[in-house]
Amino acid sequence: MSRFRFSEAALDVQALRCELANPSCGGFAAFEGWVRDHNEGQRVSRLEYEAFEPLAVREGERVIDEARERFGLHNLLCVHRLGELQLGEVAVWVGAAAAHREEAFRACRYIIDEVKHRLPIWKKEHYLGGDSGWVNCERCAIADPGSATTASQSALAHGHSHK
Amino acid sequence: MSAVLNGLVLSGGRSRRMQRDKAALEYAGRPQLARALALLEPLVVSTFLSVRADQLNDPQRIGHPCVVDQLPDAGPIGGILAALQAQPQTAWLVLACDLPFLNAATLQQLIAARDPRRLATAFRSRHDGKPEPLCAIYEPSCLPAVEAWVASGQQCPRGFLAQADVALLTLRAPEALDNINTPAEYGAAHAKLCGDSRDQGQQLTITVRYFAVLREQAGRSGESVGTRARDARELYEELRMARGLKLRTEQLRVAINEEFADWSQALAEGDSVVFLPPVAGG
Repeated sequence: MSRFRFSEAALDVQALRCELANPSCGGFAAFEGWVRDHNEGQRVSRLEYEAFEPLAVREGERVIDEARERFGLHNLLCVHRLGELQLGEVAVWVGAAAAHREEAFRACRYIIDEVKHRLPIWKKEHYLGGDSGWVNCERCAIADPGSATTASQSALAHGHSHK
Repeated sequence: MSAVLNGLVLSGGRSRRMQRDKAALEYAGRPQLARALALLEPLVVSTFLSVRADQLNDPQRIGHPCVVDQLPDAGPIGGILAALQAQPQTAWLVLACDLPFLNAATLQQLIAARDPRRLATAFRSRHDGKPEPLCAIYEPSCLPAVEAWVASGQQCPRGFLAQADVALLTLRAPEALDNINTPAEYGAAHAKLCGDSRDQGQQLTITVRYFAVLREQAGRSGESVGTRARDARELYEELRMARGLKLRTEQLRVAINEEFADWSQALAEGDSVVFLPPVAGG
């Protein structure tokens, strides 16, 4: 079973939850990332996701393997949307089923944090005013030729995870 | 006795056709401004940068002795005039900042042939036979003539030397003074220079894919690139200029053949390369 995958279609969270059902598991935790109507002071109208799929899937599988090793045996699954999303839709779903609740919560948290920071997935926000922007990218652009120092400082200032 | 010879690197240009500061263009990781200074420094008493007033705090230029243009937008002749006025007893070896093929031997040839009794010593252009004004020695005796030239409303430094008493030399390295003005010329110069040091000197065909903000900046989702870049960093620098990409390698990661890679990983024929902008999943 692939434990990390992308979906072009809306997620059916009930069906995803059923994929993890297992009689040996006594605890299940899920995290859903939803499309929010605002970000950093701007009114968001919709989102677009894009990914470098072969590498993102491979890295996503690695994240889940790590969670499995750290927190013990689990049924783990993460599904991320691609394409255009409207407000309120589920953009990412993480589910963790384990013998006990503690490992389920922790695995769920680990997976979403790592997925956000490590997988080559990009999010474009469309704003109510008609503007749009790639999250974490627009302010990295070289505003002024020769101002490399300024550009890399701003990259650090908004918390890039790149090595 | 000849006047003391200082060096002046002209870095106050607007680089309009290049659309970014020509002084910052890199070859094998080294900006052109630093390359020009490194060539000059062993050969002259002191080196200065010719800058516009608004460039004094530029990170690339800060901390280096500067001569500030007194005439805004007069072009290179304004920089030369400012230096002659600032140190009227000094001769200046003036160097443009867009000569990627310039080498030490060419500067040594110029200095060895310097004739301080003339107003200037310069090379003959291999293209039109006229004096090359931006790799030339201007003697202190030039000052009144340059002042008069500028006062008469003229700015072209080539025109100035063409009508002045100049010692003219023939270039031993013909391409040493070929300058670059456009992103395409930079790409070609970069490939030539960085290709020279490649072990096999082979051109590779690399498949490049662009995502998200880089896809929009490049105006395409992928391309097949013929390159002499040795590693992903050199390839990105070539494409950054050719495609107008606005992120720097420090802001990106790179994947080669669908796996994360180091920027210094050697490229091989047929590799598939993806430059990864800052991610934002979830």
